[in-house]
Amino acid sequence: MQADMSIAIGRVISRGGHHGLRLLAGLLIIVAIGAVVVLLLRAARRRRGRPPADRSPQPQPPPPTVPQPQAQPTVPRVSGPRPDGETISIRSLSKHYGAKVAVDELTFDVLPGRVTGFLGPNGAGKSTTMRVITGLDAPTAGTATVNGRRYHDLSWPLREVGALLEARAIHPGRSAHAHLWMLAQTNDIPRRRVDEVLGVVGLSDVAHQRAGQFSLGMGQRLGIAAALLGDPGVLLFDEPVNGLDTDGIRWVRQLLRELADEGRTVLVSSHLMNEMAMTADHVVVIARGRLVADLPTSDFTAQYTRSAVRVRSRHLDRLVPVLTAAGASTRPGADGAVTVSGLDPEEVGELACRESIALSELSPQTATLEEAFVESTESALEFRGSRPLAGAAPGSALSDREPS
Amino acid sequence: MMTSAATLTASRRGHYGLREIVASEWTKLRSVRSTVWTLLITVVAGIGISALITSATASRWADRSPADQASFDPTRSSLAGLLFAQLAVGVLAVLVVSAEYSTGTIRATLAAVPRRPLVLVAKVVVFGALVLVTGELTSFAAFAIGQRVLSGHTPTASLSDPDAVRAVVSGGLYLTALGLLGLGLAAIVRHTAAAISIFVGVLFILPVITAVLPSSLADDVSRFLPAAIGTVMISAHHHDANAFGPWPSFALLAGYAAAALVAGGILLTRRDA
Repeated sequence: MQADMSIAIGRVISRGGHHGLRLLAGLLIIVAIGAVVVLLLRAARRRRGRPPADRSPQPQPPPPTVPQPQAQPTVPRVSGPRPDGETISIRSLSKHYGAKVAVDELTFDVLPGRVTGFLGPNGAGKSTTMRVITGLDAPTAGTATVNGRRYHDLSWPLREVGALLEARAIHPGRSAHAHLWMLAQTNDIPRRRVDEVLGVVGLSDVAHQRAGQFSLGMGQRLGIAAALLGDPGVLLFDEPVNGLDTDGIRWVRQLLRELADEGRTVLVSSHLMNEMAMTADHVVVIARGRLVADLPTSDFTAQYTRSAVRVRSRHLDRLVPVLTAAGASTRPGADGAVTVSGLDPEEVGELACRESIALSELSPQTATLEEAFVESTESALEFRGSRPLAGAAPGSALSDREPS
Repeated sequence: MMTSAATLTASRRGHYGLREIVASEWTKLRSVRSTVWTLLITVVAGIGISALITSATASRWADRSPADQASFDPTRSSLAGLLFAQLAVGVLAVLVVSAEYSTGTIRATLAAVPRRPLVLVAKVVVFGALVLVTGELTSFAAFAIGQRVLSGHTPTASLSDPDAVRAVVSGGLYLTALGLLGLGLAAIVRHTAAAISIFVGVLFILPVITAVLPSSLADDVSRFLPAAIGTVMISAHHHDANAFGPWPSFALLAGYAAAALVAGGILLTRRDA
């Protein structure tokens, strides 16, 4: 058959009696082949996950037309019962990818009415845990449930759990509105709601533009809009402030606060402790897939930011044994000062006075939260030193942490 | 603040189902340009190339040997453009699945629809219906134009001939079944380039490989190939003794598509998204 065709076409082209026909033949074939090539190229470009506009070496600033989100993030309420914040329960959850252990026997709860920060260095297993909660990845062992039910069994998943798992997970040729509308339709969410959430995240004006032109921040906001779409009682945000400017970050913080105050369950991951300290009421810290801490943010701060006292004196040789005898631990600093922990400045001063030692410096030191965070995850890694992971140097899980 | 009267609860029934997902898939298909492009190419290539081939045949009719003239099938000649159009259908079929993976949309889709086989079924329904309509329109148009071009120069076929009707209807069915095979392939391999390569390989490379086999073997093998199936399906006259008949050929192709879709569905359910 194909031989048939090519012979026929060949005849037309090589010695065709009709000039018009010959032209038409050539044209049509070129158009058809060209179109297929164009499609293949577009497909290949998409496969690399980058729209053409995004190829510039530097991240582009958002176009000037980008509207800012409403100053006060107000998620329009829907009538009817307030969405119930339900408890997310993670029980002995493990997830292995081949030989790699991403999540290791993790157990914790996320309760409604508060913002729970989900902290850990990059690669600690936060995203994996969230993907298991939303049913995208199957756990190797253990369970993740929302109000006692597996995600798979939810009747209307988007109305119960909203998730922002990755920025810009959208077809570059599709508009923001079409993206949200096709998601809304799966869960029988009315079309009006699409416009509402677009307004909430400040994308109304660009709702019908192709999303390939969106900046990272706009993509992030679209992801947040998708999470809010079903007005769910449970919300998961994986690194929601990535790519946002200062205003955007403040806006996300307010949004999270408001969602939690409405009684919803809010789980927010971050690798930045300081960011979480400003937002989260409660923190769950993991490192290398294992639980490090699960406690109120204030307790975490108090527990891990051990206060210390910097002491300088000409008679440190006499002072240090006295302090040690009083139960403190001391660490000589590089500049001739000593860092004393376990005693507060008052106690150090009184001991020095009793021994008649003159002090030239007595200053309280407070470790930053970021240091506390690093310390907590590092000590967790040391604790696990007896179980070396293949090829991993001690502390290497932390080495890929992004600069904060 | 802005309190919406939208009642998310009002329309709530027991559980999301095929109806919701089909509506969503239809939105997905409508909202990207590649759909329009590929369908346009399907129609243009299907009709245009058929017109070309028939006019070439008409103008060179006198050069043909009597044996050639005797075995001429005007129906097949007027539907030959579909064998080009099938490429565009295959590209669309692959993109319907693989674009979701390459863009990351699949995560949003599967979070919205955790019962994953529903997604694939909805894609089959929406894509299948769209390609069936486009394919039948193209096939009937190509036939009508082709017969008009041939008329006066060569023997022609008409829709009063049941074999011709069967072949023309089969043209749309062939494109649909082949497209669904492409959809299944894409669900298995998940990458655009890989899926299109396999699709093109099955259609155009396998016949070449088969052709170099010893002829006894080649005759046994070639009738199982989609390319041979396509030729049989769009022919009104069945002259190749080695090939299956038109309906068994179609059943075979539908079987391939079903097998690919089932395999793709199982993998979709088992694999992490």
